[in-house]
Amino acid sequence: MYSEKVMDHFQNPRNVGEIENASGIGTVGNAKCGDIMRIFLDIDKETHIIRDCKFKTFGCGAAVATSSMATELVKGKTIEEAMQVTNKAVMEALDGLPPVKVHCSLLAEEAIHAALWDYAEKHGIVIEGLEKPKSDIHEGEEEEEEEY
Amino acid sequence: MEKMIYLDNAATTRTAPEVVEAMLPYFSELYGNPSSVYDFAGKSKEAVSNARGQIAEVLGAKKEEIYFTAGGSEADNWALKAAFEAYQEKGKHIITTKIEHHAILHTCEYLEKQRGARITYLDVDENGIVRLEDLEKAITPETILISIMFANNEIGSIQPVKEIGMIAREHGILFHTDAVQAFCQVPINVDECCIDMLSSSGHKINGPKGIGFLYIRKGVKIRSFVHGGAQERKRRAGTENVPGIVGYGEAAKRAFDSMEERTAKERELRDYLIKRITTEIPYVKLNGHTEKRLPNNVNVSFRFVEGESLLLMLDSYGICGSSGSACTSGSLDPSHVLLAIGLPHEIAHGSLRLTLGEDTTREDLDYTVDKLKEIVQNLRNMSPLYEDFMKNNK
Repeated sequence: MYSEKVMDHFQNPRNVGEIENASGIGTVGNAKCGDIMRIFLDIDKETHIIRDCKFKTFGCGAAVATSSMATELVKGKTIEEAMQVTNKAVMEALDGLPPVKVHCSLLAEEAIHAALWDYAEKHGIVIEGLEKPKSDIHEGEEEEEEEY
Repeated sequence: MEKMIYLDNAATTRTAPEVVEAMLPYFSELYGNPSSVYDFAGKSKEAVSNARGQIAEVLGAKKEEIYFTAGGSEADNWALKAAFEAYQEKGKHIITTKIEHHAILHTCEYLEKQRGARITYLDVDENGIVRLEDLEKAITPETILISIMFANNEIGSIQPVKEIGMIAREHGILFHTDAVQAFCQVPINVDECCIDMLSSSGHKINGPKGIGFLYIRKGVKIRSFVHGGAQERKRRAGTENVPGIVGYGEAAKRAFDSMEERTAKERELRDYLIKRITTEIPYVKLNGHTEKRLPNNVNVSFRFVEGESLLLMLDSYGICGSSGSACTSGSLDPSHVLLAIGLPHEIAHGSLRLTLGEDTTREDLDYTVDKLKEIVQNLRNMSPLYEDFMKNNK
């Protein structure tokens, strides 16, 4: 059901853990839906470069793999570049996800944005294009159609 | 993968070699249609009749009360839809439970939405058992059918079927039970339990897939569900799945003969597995009743861990299990059974079901627990829920 890349990132996740005194921390999702992601960022104040990025995730294989890939994609980038890392980019880097798991990649994008938002708030700066994180990423998703 | 440890026998079982052996002649040698008149086809007819007898014996039923279907889901659909059609003049009320298999629940939803049925879904207690007083209270003069499963497929809880049957009989209400998990795992006598209809499936008892049956007590006037030829006493059309029926009969005989010894062994291993998991891994909970439980069912919830991750990690060690997490159900909600016994969503997401089979050994379970300990700890180390919990408890 998963690509080899997804399985690799699930079984050998990159950047698991916490960053002490992180510049920004974002937590998204909720336990009720079965997935929570927390991203820690260490950002250089002068250059705006993301020096380090770590994550913790409660969730399915796809949730772990997308967290892992998202941290890999933003590490070493500037905030502005990190803003370009969309869920689509995460999915492509993982050679795709099953349709029911696409929301996991949205969660990863959301988690990065939430951590950047936290950083921006703490430092009183405005990051262009960054919106306040939603409290529940499943809001607005359509109910499955019933068949009889 | 070197070795596979298969602990998902509630999903399906390995077709036993002697069952396959019994089926083989009915593909290319004795392929006659049981409805044909010549002697050659008579052999197929005889084989079907023989299998019907083997199955009837398990239930203390009459041969002519067993109607073969394509599986358990068809039997459930047939029982509910046809009973509603036949008895709706009397009333349109059906009583079932919140923990039924989807073959029952979705059929009830269909009858509710499309056919004007009124359905009561009974709650269960924290062990997944129906309360008889709730059932009594739900009965109205319009109630025509009670459908309550014999044993639950996820948490293994065994219902007080005999008492339920007696209540139904007293009120003159039909009683159907989905016995897909219970057939040949617990003793069932349809007369003692006042069962009017019972569904079962071949592949859960080391028989083939694609075959099941509905037991219909003589005198219950439900009509055909699949229209066509006169097979199955004109109640289920379609040329008989002769190899499947033969295999099912053989599997039933085999499982019935070995039931006492096999389930005693399974029960011992089940309790051993439960004990090791619940004593060696912290923050774990057993789901379902400790004793009123299928001999081969273990269902536990690990806090701070998500079920699909657990299954994938177990799979990487060759261990096959299942989970009631949302990710494995194809929706955002975890298992309706786990929610019905009162588990919060986040704990239901961390459930693991391991169901033993006739070949399961203690060594298999030791290996499984050893790996499970590692996996659960690794996933917890990665879990923000665990991090928060540990920080708050310092």
